Amino acid sequence: MRKFWCAFFVFWPIVAIIYSLISSLIPSLGWWFPGPSVTELGQRIDNLFYLILYIVTAVFIGTQIAMGYVLWRASHSKDERAWFSHGSHSLEVIWSVVPSVILLFLALYQMDVWALFRVQAYFPKEAREAPVAEVTARQFEWRIRYPAPGKKLQLKPQPDDLYDVNDLHVPINRPVMIQLRSEDVQHSFFLPHLRVKQDAVPGQIIPIWFKAERQGLFDLTCAELCGWGHYKMRAQLTAETEVEYEAYLKKLQADQNYDGHATPSAVAKKDE
Amino acid sequence: MSALGVAQEHGHEHGDAHGAHGHHELTFIQKYVFSTDHKMIGMQFLFTTLMMLMVGGGLALGVRWQLAFPWTSMPIFGPLFANAGGQISPEFYTMLFTMHATVMIFLVIIPVLAGAFGNFLIPLMIGADDMAFPVLNMLSYWFMIPAILCFGMSFYHGGAAAGWTSYPLLSELRVAAPGSGSAQTYWLLGVTLVGVSSMMGSVNYMTTIINMRAPGMTLFRMPLTIWGMFITAILQAFALPVLTAAGFMLLFDRFAFGGWLEGIHTVFFTPAGLVVNNADPTVGGGQPLLWQHLFWFYSHPAVYIMLLPAMGMTSDMLACMCRKPIFGYKPMVYSMSAIAGLGFIVWGHHMFTSGMNPALGMTFMVSTVMIALPSAVKVFNWIGTIWGGRLQFNTVTLHCIAFVSMFIVGGLSGIFMAAVPVDIYIHDTYIIVAHFHYVVFGTTMFGVFGAIQFWFPKMFGRKMNETVGKWHFLLTYIGFNGAFFPMHMLGIAGFPRRYADPYVHPYLEHLLPLNQFITISAMIMGFAQFLLLGNFVISIFNGKKAGRNPWNANGLEWAAPSPPGHGNFDIPPVCFRGPYEYSNPNRADQDFWMQTDPTRSPKKPPEDPAHGHS
Repeated sequence: MRKFWCAFFVFWPIVAIIYSLISSLIPSLGWWFPGPSVTELGQRIDNLFYLILYIVTAVFIGTQIAMGYVLWRASHSKDERAWFSHGSHSLEVIWSVVPSVILLFLALYQMDVWALFRVQAYFPKEAREAPVAEVTARQFEWRIRYPAPGKKLQLKPQPDDLYDVNDLHVPINRPVMIQLRSEDVQHSFFLPHLRVKQDAVPGQIIPIWFKAERQGLFDLTCAELCGWGHYKMRAQLTAETEVEYEAYLKKLQADQNYDGHATPSAVAKKDE
Repeated sequence: MSALGVAQEHGHEHGDAHGAHGHHELTFIQKYVFSTDHKMIGMQFLFTTLMMLMVGGGLALGVRWQLAFPWTSMPIFGPLFANAGGQISPEFYTMLFTMHATVMIFLVIIPVLAGAFGNFLIPLMIGADDMAFPVLNMLSYWFMIPAILCFGMSFYHGGAAAGWTSYPLLSELRVAAPGSGSAQTYWLLGVTLVGVSSMMGSVNYMTTIINMRAPGMTLFRMPLTIWGMFITAILQAFALPVLTAAGFMLLFDRFAFGGWLEGIHTVFFTPAGLVVNNADPTVGGGQPLLWQHLFWFYSHPAVYIMLLPAMGMTSDMLACMCRKPIFGYKPMVYSMSAIAGLGFIVWGHHMFTSGMNPALGMTFMVSTVMIALPSAVKVFNWIGTIWGGRLQFNTVTLHCIAFVSMFIVGGLSGIFMAAVPVDIYIHDTYIIVAHFHYVVFGTTMFGVFGAIQFWFPKMFGRKMNETVGKWHFLLTYIGFNGAFFPMHMLGIAGFPRRYADPYVHPYLEHLLPLNQFITISAMIMGFAQFLLLGNFVISIFNGKKAGRNPWNANGLEWAAPSPPGHGNFDIPPVCFRGPYEYSNPNRADQDFWMQTDPTRSPKKPPEDPAHGHS
């Protein structure tokens, strides 16, 4: 039985490593990131993830090998007595200092990306000066308010603001900032493909920015429990070219100004 | 006095033969119900928590069923909620995971460590006849019962459904969710009562450990279990008041009294002008983030309350099973203290995406990453303890090794979420779920399962069955890893927590088969616990008889009779050395050297100054 249990405790870490390798190397299984990040900052987050992953994997393999080795030796010991030792001061120093250096490095190395993501002073200036939309979370939908084309987003809703629900459009290849609010309980604005997440806190307006670098439709979900319908707070992010984005806003404006009599296109013309 | 011990060993049911000690006779109620004996209180805690473990496990299987086979009737448990056709509705699902976490944290993990093993082991291991405050100790158990009743009432009212973290405003405004009415009020009362119980225990443990150690039991001769319990008691004493205060603040926010009590309707956590569920706009000026700060100021140290005693117990068991002194006793003590100290300044890592000041994110990241250091030191020391030992693979050993192995996984995955930028993506996804289950189940519960088998002879004078114990271990270990390791991958794929039906989102659709695998593993693990319960109950009556010291261990508790009588020790114990003198070459005839053994070594014991004679 000794051999069985030694093998048992070595077997599972090996399974874990193989399983992780399969998950990361065969993206078609879908057991890894939902595709490469759409934003550059997201790619940097992924890189930090991989950096930690490499260090952690090395430590995992190292400790599990050490564990397997000492288990094998201890369970097959032919000595009458175990090794009488209360420890080793130099070993304690080594395995305190080395991990602390690595850990401190890891912590400090993360700071830049966090500052870029979250500290307003580091936000790109163009994004900070002209937020593209205000997103208000409520049970269980995302309400979106855009400023009228050519105008700036104001803190208070304006008569010519444009509204939509559960469909956020942003232009690609330029940083955009969004003002995030909540109308009732806490929610969290989660764009998995862009590696963006920020809680929407009642009573606060929280700016978030990102720069989509690829066109496409991406999921927007809620990541903070907000009630029974938390799971169905489903929306989408449409990242599109500047031209398409302008057209979308125009159409939104036309639809909104439609008085029920004239054709929508006529209203659009009148507005111009 | 020895007559007392013998009489107790034969187990006179009503304690009528105990006149020798000058105690008046104990009735059945005094002995088994309202007992002030720390051992009985410990066992009451143990029985209660094992029952609650099954309740919490059932709730977890409900959660798992929905994730694997959404909107289908659940077998076995389905008839319990037949009004929904045996289906798990979304509001029922939110209740399930809320109450699963509540039961497991407040009614299983915390009371099984501090309540059951703390009570049973502290006086025995330090050589005291009982706790410093026996009546307070009794009350600490009996405050658990109204707590359980409160949680039961919460179930009766549909069950709290705002998550175990109960963030306002979801948990504060009655209209916010189906579970935010009376169910939430009872939930808050329940948590408060658990807090009262913990606080009574904490005060008692600190006093007992400081004042009631046997002669010769210096602080650095205490077993690591006692160090773990001591540090846990300190953590509880300093962290709990904050949670209790926060709980009352939330209660006052929730109540709208009339008349002269009107002033009590506070708005600590309510901002103004929110329209929840089309109700009237809120009146306020409060700040919901305040709750998160207060809640996590308790609940992060609570993670270590759920871990440190198990670390201590595993250290003791591992040293005994390896027949070898613990590797680096003092570094172990210091790292436990460091974990406790750092544990108070890392709560913000639960709030990286919450919208708190981003500068705080940076400081909390540094402190959180650094808390991995004492944890790493402990792991290295455990491996060092096995190194060069003489190991027997019994059930206790298996659980100890699983403890270390799972703690490595849980500790390493913690680094990902400690790193703020990475946490932006993985926060509130299943990788978090994987991480804390590896820590609180994989680590703590394996430690507890081992400890049950290890101290069972001391509790009942009999050993648990080894074969059943090994099968229980095997199935639990395989089921556990099958259930929780793939959750890391779910998390990386962006699978959020607390979704009743994640598959409405296109990017999660393909994860259904993996979730089915997880659920089947969880079922294996869940049903394996019946082996533990069966083994536990049957062994109380039919187990192999064990003497005072069945494991040839060193601690003071093994000098007492099994089970120890009222007052614990037949010979008042005196402590002569540290608890880890296994395989000492100065000891000729046996490879252990009990702390109570007065034999002096022929020459001065080598190395460790902490183990010198006083």
